[in-house]
Amino acid sequence: MPVLTPQRKSMDLDPAPTTRARLSRLTAFREFMIVGIILLAGVAMSFASPFFLTQNNLMALFLGMSIESIVAIGMTILLVSGGFDLSVGSVVALTGAVAAWCMAGGVPVPLAVLAALAVGAAIGLVNGLIVTKVGINPFITTLAMMSIIRGVLLVLTRGKNITGLPESFKVIGQGTDPLLGIQYPILIAAVLVLLGDLLMRKSRFFRQNYYIGSNEKAAVLSGIPVDFVKIFNYALIGLLAALAGVVMTARLGSASVTAGTGLELKVISAVIIGGASLQGGEGTVFGSFLGALLMAIIINALTLLGVDVYWNTLVIGATLLVAVIIDTLGKKLGRRA
Amino acid sequence: MADDLVLELRNIVKTFPGVRALDQARFELRAGEVHALVGENGAGKTTLMNVIAGVHQPDEGQIFLNGAPVRLRNPLDAGRKGIGVVFQELSLAPSLSIAENIFANRQPTRGLNLIDWPALHEQTRELLNLFELTADPRTPVRNLSVAQRQVVEILKAMSHNPRVLILDEPTSSLTAPETRLLFQNIRRLKARGIAFIYISHHLPEIFQIADRVTVMRDGRYVDTIPIADATEDLLIRRMVGRELSNVYGRRVNPVGEPYFSVSNASRAGAFRDISLELRRGEILGIAGLVGAGRTELGRSIAGIEPPDRGRIVLEGRELRLSSPAAAIGEGIGYLTEDRKEQGLFLRMSIRDNCVAPSFGRFAFLGLMRDAAVRDAALAGCRRFNIVATSIHQAVGNLSGGNQQKVLLSMWTGIRPRVLIVDEPTRGVDVGARGEIYALLRELAARGVGIIMISSDLQEILGLSDRVMVMRAGRIVAEMDAARASEEGIIAAASGVELN
Repeated sequence: MPVLTPQRKSMDLDPAPTTRARLSRLTAFREFMIVGIILLAGVAMSFASPFFLTQNNLMALFLGMSIESIVAIGMTILLVSGGFDLSVGSVVALTGAVAAWCMAGGVPVPLAVLAALAVGAAIGLVNGLIVTKVGINPFITTLAMMSIIRGVLLVLTRGKNITGLPESFKVIGQGTDPLLGIQYPILIAAVLVLLGDLLMRKSRFFRQNYYIGSNEKAAVLSGIPVDFVKIFNYALIGLLAALAGVVMTARLGSASVTAGTGLELKVISAVIIGGASLQGGEGTVFGSFLGALLMAIIINALTLLGVDVYWNTLVIGATLLVAVIIDTLGKKLGRRA
Repeated sequence: MADDLVLELRNIVKTFPGVRALDQARFELRAGEVHALVGENGAGKTTLMNVIAGVHQPDEGQIFLNGAPVRLRNPLDAGRKGIGVVFQELSLAPSLSIAENIFANRQPTRGLNLIDWPALHEQTRELLNLFELTADPRTPVRNLSVAQRQVVEILKAMSHNPRVLILDEPTSSLTAPETRLLFQNIRRLKARGIAFIYISHHLPEIFQIADRVTVMRDGRYVDTIPIADATEDLLIRRMVGRELSNVYGRRVNPVGEPYFSVSNASRAGAFRDISLELRRGEILGIAGLVGAGRTELGRSIAGIEPPDRGRIVLEGRELRLSSPAAAIGEGIGYLTEDRKEQGLFLRMSIRDNCVAPSFGRFAFLGLMRDAAVRDAALAGCRRFNIVATSIHQAVGNLSGGNQQKVLLSMWTGIRPRVLIVDEPTRGVDVGARGEIYALLRELAARGVGIIMISSDLQEILGLSDRVMVMRAGRIVAEMDAARASEEGIIAAASGVELN
């Protein structure tokens, strides 16, 4: 058996990026494609409707997507790690009601908010423990939890909305920051999206999710505390859903038993459009934000153009499908090249 | 003689990327005989079986069935032409009944294509009686013992009335009485003219059941011997017979003092009473058959499935290794034999892979230092001569040899004090092998003790300073590599006494 160790040319494995290389790396990002579509849609809309580029319309658009954006941060992290949560819509509704009950019972506003957050995190913790320690599939676990939580809410409220919330609470959802002139829900969502994106790109703890989602067995062998990270993710998305529930309740001025219905599917759609994969290992918080923005712009455009609201659901579904098809075909072509 | 040949293979060549798995291989099978096929791991037995079963298409060579040349396009085609395979990895659907498994896709039907259950169960009962199995045909397969499942597996393979049945390591999960029953069944079918190809590592049982035995080595045909003329000694010599080359390199500095030990370690169902001692800079080879408990031992030492009992001592300190993270913290690394499924993050970049087990080292205040990660990955690529377009390339797109080098680069990143490498050159081409051996030598020269689990005996003898042989979860032999021989290791691993 001869020894074959050919002397290979030493290669520059991390060349200084040329303009062209920079451009091609940029276009490889899923975000780039969505930004392109968003700009295109924006330009088209600014011609189609003079109202589109007004501050009022854009603020309404961002306000509308703030709830989804907050939950989408947690959902991105979960999907990257190979997980999944269908219970977020129900958690939004229940935690909103928890805050409302507390305040109706005379609990100070900050404590009521904390109680809601604690309930959300606790539900997430239970999801996480069932998925990791009992070993039930996340789809089934959170599908059941979605139904259970909504059921708890219906039983306790007997289907009635809770109203008469204190003004100091409604400010969270309806007030505007005096310095920036931006409504609080938008501000909260923006800060959290930026923070979440930074953490998923840079933080040692959050980066572990990419390894877990890419190959869980290899992650275990590499010494990553897989179960702990997963449980943390479920608790975190529970916490974020609770925050979304508080913001939504404050904005509406009442806790509705139907709040957040279908939210889980909207959020998962946004995250998938934004480049995450159900197989895990891929996705960024900023991408998910762009996915949510694209969906919001489409809905906004349909409204401004006077399209019947009944078309909204159909168009959102089609957007998701087209985004995933483009991505899949693109990857296949890329592999062939 | 030639006219009673059921199956004949002539000059079969099969290459996989980087490996010539079969090189002018030959094989012939007579009606009603049990023909054993033996060889070391990697000798080409499994590839040859896959060619016969229609799983692989040969690049060159001819296959004759009953004297006529045939092409076996796929397993279904081979099945139709009378070649049945009893799978080593059981291929049954556990939640379906015995009857449904045996008659998968060809259940007896009556009007409207509905399954005729009474007929199905009656036919199954007859078949089971033939094999002295009294189970109810409606029993779900998951409720059967391993031996019973194997009978169902054989009956399933019998479904196309095969003339040839392939048995690949059929006794690996059977007890002695179950093996006797299997042999009875084989003799019964043999009397009906069915020919068997019998693959086994376990030489004594070949003498009980086979009529002839063919030896393979390095993808080539070596010899076919009637069992009456064969001895275990002769078979082992035929299986080995070649010279070691210098691809393994030489030790450059002497082995240091003992610093790591495992004593009386046991883990239920895996290994028992294992004690070993490792010296600084030593390469300790662990040989044995597949299933001897070698991988389980390696995984236990690395904290993945900790031992039930026993002590692990590193530099005079007893370690409690309850998780891979704990082992990594002590500088004990384990390179898995299954790099695609368990070792690498195939969809992630070389850069991300290189730092996976040493993640924490690259963080400052909880944030990753990207420049440090990049430098580490670049250094790894240079040191291990990883051939790639850039450190951002996905590891899944690299060749087997380069993937293995990424794995090595990952685990040298933890600054190991003890490195356990499991089948370090599996699926790796010759050139990259030499590089991997050189890297292991280099690590050893720096004082890292290496435990090398390998089924490649040349590798064990060429690289190790000392060799331990495991069989059925125990260490059965320990020898100085200079005095060890492939014959000696095979004998110890398969429980045979050499004359």
